[in-house]
Amino acid sequence: MLATGVLGAADDPWIRWDWIAGHIPVIRDALTQHIELTLIAVGMPLGLIAWRTRRLRGPIFSITGILYTVPSLALFALLIPFTGLTILTAEIGLVSYTLLILIRNIVVGMDAVPQEVREAALGMGYRPLAELFRIDIPLAVPAIMAGIRIATVTTIGLVTVTALIGEGGLGSLILDGLIRDFKTPLVVGTLLSIALAIIADVGLAGLQRLVTPWSRGRVRI
Amino acid sequence: MTFLGQALQWFLDGSHWQGDFGIPNRLFEHLTMSGISLLAAAVIALPIGITLGHFGRGGNLAINVSNVGRAIPSFAILVLAVQLVGIGALPAFLALVALGVPPILTNSYVGMREVDPEVREAATGMGMRQRLILWRIELPIALPLIMAGVRTSAVNIVATATLAALVAWGGLGRFIVDGLSQRDYAQLFAGALLVALLSTAVELGLAAAQRLATSEGLRIQKYPLEAEVVPTPQAMIA
Repeated sequence: MLATGVLGAADDPWIRWDWIAGHIPVIRDALTQHIELTLIAVGMPLGLIAWRTRRLRGPIFSITGILYTVPSLALFALLIPFTGLTILTAEIGLVSYTLLILIRNIVVGMDAVPQEVREAALGMGYRPLAELFRIDIPLAVPAIMAGIRIATVTTIGLVTVTALIGEGGLGSLILDGLIRDFKTPLVVGTLLSIALAIIADVGLAGLQRLVTPWSRGRVRI
Repeated sequence: MTFLGQALQWFLDGSHWQGDFGIPNRLFEHLTMSGISLLAAAVIALPIGITLGHFGRGGNLAINVSNVGRAIPSFAILVLAVQLVGIGALPAFLALVALGVPPILTNSYVGMREVDPEVREAATGMGMRQRLILWRIELPIALPLIMAGVRTSAVNIVATATLAALVAWGGLGRFIVDGLSQRDYAQLFAGALLVALLSTAVELGLAAAQRLATSEGLRIQKYPLEAEVVPTPQAMIA
C-alpha cells in the first residue's frame, strides 16, 4: 500500500514550483506541527529533570538507556495498541529519546562543577537552592546546552518518522512523496527539515554564548 | 489484557514461524541487510577516518560529517534513495550505508587523534617505522573508540532497517508496517517487540565486543591515570 511502483518517475522533476505555490498552507502547517512536536519533546524532559534528578538518577539512566536503543518506529508501534494513532504516542516516543540525551549531559555538566567551588559558595553563605541556581547551573550551562542542541537536532529528524503513525509535521510531506511517487513534497519536506535542524542548532549555539558571557574569547570545544 | 493475549497468540501461531513470511526468514533478512550495510559502511569509513587521523588532516570534515548526518532524517534518506534507484533492496542498502558511514568516520578520526603524541614519539625513538607505528601502536590504542563508532553505526543501521519495509523490502519491519496498514495490532505489537529485542541484543553484544577490543594495557592504565587527573582536595592534604 505504501510503496507504489516507479510509475511516472521519468518525467517528474525534483522540484515543481507550481506545486509549492499551490500548497503553501499545507507546508506551513507541516512546519508548524514539526516545531510543536519538537518543542514538546525537548521541553517536557527539561521540566521533569529540573523538578528533581539526582535521586532518580540510577533508574532513569538504565530505563532511558534501553529506550534509546529501541528503534523509533518500533517504539511507536509498541505504544499504538495502548495510546492509538495520536499525538500522545508520538510524544511519548520522542520524549523518551530526548530524556537520555538531556539527562546524561546535565548530570555530566553538574558533576564537572569543582567541589572546591561548591564549598566556597557554601562557605560564603549561599543557601543550597541559591547555590544550585547561581553556581552549579551556570557552570554546567555548556554541557547542558550541548545536550539540548543534540536532543533538538535528533528530535527534528525523528519527528519525520511519526508521519507513519499519522502525525509527522514535515515527515507527512516526505511520506506523501513516497506514496504518490512525486518528488516535490519529498524534497520540500527534507530540505525544510534539514534547514530547521541547522537553524535550531545555530540559534541554540548563539543562545549559549548569550547566557555565558564569561566564556567569550576563550576557545570553545 | 485481551490484547496482550492476542499478541501472545500471534507468537504461538506456528504459521508465523515458517516460510518466506515467517519470523526466522524476516530476522535473517534483517540481519543480512544490516550486516552487509555495516560492512560496506566500515569499508568506506575506516580507511578515510584512520588515514585522516594518522596524518592529522581534514579534522573539520571528519567531525562535521557526523553533525550533518544527524541533521538529515534517516527516513528522508531512505525515500530519496527510492527516487534515485527505485524500490526494493538497493535503496535500503544505499540509505543504510549512508547512515552508517558518519559515526565510524568521526570516531576513527578522533580515536587516532587521541593517541598521546608522546607514545608516538617513544615508538619513533625506539626505531619503529611509520607503518609499524600505525599497526602496532596507534590502531590498538584507538580501537575502543573506533569500536564505539561501529557500535553506534550498527545500532542505527539495525533501527533504520526497520523502516526499509516501507520501500517494499523485507526484514522485521515488515510486521510493523503491515500491522499498521492492516490495523492488525497484534502483528504490529509482536513485530515491534521483535525489533526492540534485536536492537537491544545488538547493542549489548557490541558493547561486549568493545570491551574485548580494549587492549589489556589500556585497561590496567585506566585506573591510575584517572586518579592522577582528578585529585580530590582531601587526597592532596593527606
